[in-house]
Amino acid sequence: MSKALDIRGLRKVYGNGFEALHGIDLTVEEGDFFGLLGPNGAGKSTAIGIVCSLVRKTAGQVRVFGIDIDRDFSSAKSHIGLVPQEFNFHVFEPVIEILINQAGYYGIPRRIASERAERNLHQLGLWDKRNSIARNLSGGMKRRLMIARALTHEPRLLILDEPTAGVDIEIRRSMWQFMRERNRAGTTIILTTHYLEEAEALCDTIAIINDGRVIEHADKKTLLTRMPRETFILDLRRPLTQLPAIPDFGLRQIDPLTLEVDLTRHCTLNDLFQALSRHGIEVLSLRNESNRLEQLFMEIVGNDDRERQA
Amino acid sequence: MRWRQQWIAFETLVIKEFLRFIRIWVQTVLPPVVTTALYFIIFGNLIGRQIGPMEGFSYMDYIVPGLILMAVITNSYANVVSSFFSAKLQHYVEEMLVAPIPNYVILAGFVAGGVARGLTVCAAVSTTAFLFASFHLHSLATVLSMILLTSILFSLAGFINGVYARTFDDISIVPTFVLTPLTYLGGVFYSLDMLPAFWQKLSLANPILYMINAFRYGILGITDIPLALSYGIVIGFILVLGALALRLLDRGYGIRH
Repeated sequence: MSKALDIRGLRKVYGNGFEALHGIDLTVEEGDFFGLLGPNGAGKSTAIGIVCSLVRKTAGQVRVFGIDIDRDFSSAKSHIGLVPQEFNFHVFEPVIEILINQAGYYGIPRRIASERAERNLHQLGLWDKRNSIARNLSGGMKRRLMIARALTHEPRLLILDEPTAGVDIEIRRSMWQFMRERNRAGTTIILTTHYLEEAEALCDTIAIINDGRVIEHADKKTLLTRMPRETFILDLRRPLTQLPAIPDFGLRQIDPLTLEVDLTRHCTLNDLFQALSRHGIEVLSLRNESNRLEQLFMEIVGNDDRERQA
Repeated sequence: MRWRQQWIAFETLVIKEFLRFIRIWVQTVLPPVVTTALYFIIFGNLIGRQIGPMEGFSYMDYIVPGLILMAVITNSYANVVSSFFSAKLQHYVEEMLVAPIPNYVILAGFVAGGVARGLTVCAAVSTTAFLFASFHLHSLATVLSMILLTSILFSLAGFINGVYARTFDDISIVPTFVLTPLTYLGGVFYSLDMLPAFWQKLSLANPILYMINAFRYGILGITDIPLALSYGIVIGFILVLGALALRLLDRGYGIRH
């Protein structure tokens, strides 16, 4: 499999002396759904900005599908579609014009641009709004407009910087579906998000950036197996007056119908259920106390912060 | 990016820029028409009658070229400075920066937008002018070339102002405190011969004087400045400002971190 994006020793020092990236290495395989995570100010948007030519790098090398941006940025750019974090379209232009103009900047003739705009607007549920002035769209529609715009030149690499920020859950789910379909159709996707549930649901590979350094880079499944423990919430069929002593499991009673348990990697859910059954406790349903990736993320970033402070 | 794709990108920018000022024609095309009509009524008709003929033409006819060119200058400049500054302010300049368009195509697109507005306003103001003044045309080639070159020059100047501008004040300082005085002192309403020797010499440092005189030559066949010198000055400024604008874009000044 070839590399959609290959970053080596990427450094960025801003004019005020702030070093946003400390020489990071990052590889995104072609066809991957890649999650780039990190706290605010970690350097995610700076890295994306450099790849898309919105930010000038201080040092390092960036290759997009093997094309070095220092040698042929024009060709590299033609493979990238960017959905930025902030709205960055002309707010007084009609939706359809924004899409056709963007295609024009990539040298796509108007007729083809119109056809693609129609298809993308249909897919993203914006066709009815094609003649609306962009500023009159809702927040969710504006986000989808930016996705449609990023797709007009049919990029092989789609970079989504917080694409679902401020979007309601129903639209977010439909956007997830759209992104999955795009990825299945062969588009490599890089996603930055603060909704770790989103990253867990969509991404195959995860990288975590903290303070301008890549502190984790692995496929999601491997990453999740590193979780030392998982916390589950159990909803019980019948109220429990007193929690029986069940060794090996850190069981806590939240209320008569709810238990919380920390499951280490040495215990399985089967072990837990067997132990509960022995005490006549029936479990109606079970859910994670928080998102698994979120739990892991907090742990990894927290450890990194502590290590650097020490 | 191949030539054909570059042409499409350029065309896209020009259409976008054209539609931008046409959509708001009440703010962009109508005001210079109203202002010029007022100039003709007040300066040309009421005051002009007291002044009498200028170099063989009525005062009204004499000020026509200067007023047309003044409208071209201010509108070409205003179009590009406001368009580029808005693109920066609303961040939609990024639409171009992430695309594989060469910087010279971006510059050419904005300048073409400024020229389109300059020519549109020129047509509207000229039509208004000839409602008040007699129609004269000495050299069509001079008229067309000087309008085009002047419009290109001030579009480039507007672009550079747009690149440096960080606030709305920055885009109004140059037009108010530099462009307007230079235009008024560039011989729109008077001939260079009417000034005392010192002011005549000082006026020669004003580039707008050369454009207005060349344009007046194209319409009335009279000029205070040799035509070749006027063309030389205008083309020289275009080359210098064009190179500066392109350098700023290449460096990403004010648009790339």
